[in-house]
This record gives sequence, structure tokens and C-alpha cells, in this order.
Amino acid sequence: MRGRVLVYALLLAGAGTCFAKDYSGWLKKVPQKDREQVNPYAGQAKAIAAGANLYHDNCAKCHGENAEGRDGRPSLRGEDVRKATDGELAWILKNGQMFKGMPSWGGLPEQERWQLVAYLRSLNLPEPAAPNPTGGQ
Amino acid sequence: MFVGRAGICGALLFVLFCALFPAQRVWAQQEPPYFVTYSSALEEPGNLEVENQNIAAAPKNANGFFAPTVEFEYGTTAWWTTEFYLQGQKTVNDSAVFTGFRFENRFRPIPRDLWVNPVIYVEYEDVNAADKSFLEITGNTSITTLQVPNAELRNEVERSIEGKLILSSNAKGWNFSENMISEKAVNENEPWEFGYALAASRPLSLTASSRRCTLCLQNVSAGAELFGGLGTRYTFGLKQTEQYAGPTVALNAPNGFTYKFSPEFGLNDNSAGVLWRFGVSYEIQQFRDWFRRSK
Repeated sequence: MRGRVLVYALLLAGAGTCFAKDYSGWLKKVPQKDREQVNPYAGQAKAIAAGANLYHDNCAKCHGENAEGRDGRPSLRGEDVRKATDGELAWILKNGQMFKGMPSWGGLPEQERWQLVAYLRSLNLPEPAAPNPTGGQ
Repeated sequence: MFVGRAGICGALLFVLFCALFPAQRVWAQQEPPYFVTYSSALEEPGNLEVENQNIAAAPKNANGFFAPTVEFEYGTTAWWTTEFYLQGQKTVNDSAVFTGFRFENRFRPIPRDLWVNPVIYVEYEDVNAADKSFLEITGNTSITTLQVPNAELRNEVERSIEGKLILSSNAKGWNFSENMISEKAVNENEPWEFGYALAASRPLSLTASSRRCTLCLQNVSAGAELFGGLGTRYTFGLKQTEQYAGPTVALNAPNGFTYKFSPEFGLNDNSAGVLWRFGVSYEIQQFRDWFRRSK
């Protein structure tokens, strides 16, 4: 009896693992060539503003107006996005995670996807280092 | 008089759209401006797109007609889109008739953006022979069948299963899509019928503007479509088929509406001279959130 319960528990755990929405796994799937791509619009104010428009038109309804995440859909201000390279962000935009709910945005022109990446990067800039109270190095 | 009751219904539908859905900033920027050809762009999960697509023509030796179709397209998941169509037509000097419905599903089997993206399309349709929607063309057909009065055509109902293999590529801002169509009537002993649709399009600008605008080039996409029948299992080929080609253009207005227009020109004697198509669609983002409590 206890053995059967254990088997059911393992099966349930296995199913849970399979169907759990682990949004972070995608980083491992990005090919090295894509990971190293450089955003031609990185840091450009106009591209960031255009990316913000694109974000609010296409992404905000799922990820929230301020990219804070919404209704179980992930925040875009988290550690994953902060750590990801521009190439990795461009890859996830192009391919999506279709079996986990994120559609492919491969139909958007590549330039617009880079503008979106520039905007996402602007939301996830590393926090400035706290000033040293002693004034030393 | 040409547009008649069906036209009034279309206009009322448009007004209803505007009243029901207050202006919000939504763009269906991914979707190419095609009327007949499908691309790999699926509806985003949870979104509902309502489209009123119309066709008008005045073929030689037959009465002019206006045929509206209403589509409800819902993104079930990121890899599965389901769609329901209702269609009708009004023929000049004849009647206005409801011609049937279609229910279709599109599946994207490979969860990556590839050089060529395949999509599987499966449709059940229950339409009568008075259908003039030209949503696709299969088998051996001729525009001369439109000379038959609606009263006779509407009695001939065809229930069929249709499959399409959709191949679509995105490269340097361009979209190229190819559809191979096969159709089999399930209530009649008719052979498999075949058809095709090809299209290419591109937004007029590949970068988004940093300011909000309606008539920016980025909101306009243009392209061309070519489609027609390929006969049946026994008569495969272009002989005795309708063939059309034409430019197509779409404006994704910032108030949430998309407007499409295309004149399609008949390429042989079996085809109508010109099919004038115009459509308006509205995408309701995260429609399914209306039915669930916020977490």
C-alpha cells in the first residue's frame, strides 16, 4: 500500500515538474551565436522610447504596464532579464516559449525586436553602487 | 442598391465594434496584410480578434455581389489558434442569403522560429453553393456558376474537411507565405480538391518610431497575393480553375483597428475581372482575463 502511494506521489511530482511553468529554463536553450549578438540600438534614447511604445502595444497586457508581471506571467524586471545578454533577450523575443505561453514575435521586424531589447535593458540597469561614506576608493 | 441589406449589416457591425470596444492602443503588428493566405502568425494566447471581411465584385455575364464574412479568432495557446466564421452574401437583382459557417484550428508544431515555419490547418465547413466569400479556391471552378440564382444555389449544401499546410518565413522584414490546400466533401461523393495561395509582404518601415503616430510608415504594410485552384485528384492542374493575383495593403491604426484593402485581378477566363476586398478587424487583448479573477 505504502509503495503504491509512493509511486503515485512520484508520478504526481514528475507531472508537476513537467507542467510547472519554469520560465527561467529558456536561458540554457539559447545558441552561443545568438547569445553573443550585439544590440545595434543599445543605450540609444530614441530606440528606448520606440521600444517603450512597442512594449506598451504588444507586451504590457501580459507582463504589466511597468513590466512587473501580471496574473502569473513573469516580471521582466527580475534577475533573469538582468542577467541575460541582449542576444539572449532578442532570442526569446524571436522564438518565444510557445509551450509555456509566450508566443513567438518572429513576425516583428528584427529592428523592432532590438528596440524592445533596448527598452527592457533600460528597465533592468544595474543599481548604482552606494556612495562610500569614507570617501576612499 | 448594390450593397443593400448586407452592406447595412456590415456598417452596423462596424458601429457596434466601435461602441463595444473603447479605443485602446493595440496593434496586430505581427500579422501580414493577407486576405486569403495564412502566415505562421497565430493569435496571441488569450486574445480575441473580431474581423469583418468583405468582398464585392461585378463579374461579366453575372450579377454583382457583396459578400461579408465575420471572423472570431481566438488564441487558445501560443501554438494553437481557433477561429469561427459566419458568412453571407447579397447578389444584385437577387436575394441576400446566409451561406454557412466554418470552424478552423491552426497548430504550430515546432516551438521555434525557423527559416521556414510550418503550421497545420484543419477546418470543418458547412457552406452552401451560394457562398461567394472566396476565402480560398479549390478544385475546378468558374465564375460562371455565379449566374445561377441564389434560390437554387442555397439548396446545395457542402460539408467538407479542409487541410492546409502553411509554410511561412520571415527575413529582413519580409514575410513569405505558401499555403497548400486540400479539401474533401464529407456529405457527397466528390474527389479531393486542391488549391494554393502564395503571398509576400513587408511593413513600410522596419523600425518603430519614438513618437506616437497613426500614419507612420511602420503602421502600414504592403504586399501581394496569388491564389487559385489546382483541380481535383483526377484533374490536377490549372485547367478550368479560377486564378487571382493582386496587391494588398493594411493599416494598423493606433486605436486598435486594422484596415485592409486589396483588389484581386482574375488571371484567366474562368475568373472574375476584379474582386474588391476590404476588411476591418479589432483585437481584444487578453479577452480571457474578462472571465477570470486577477491573481
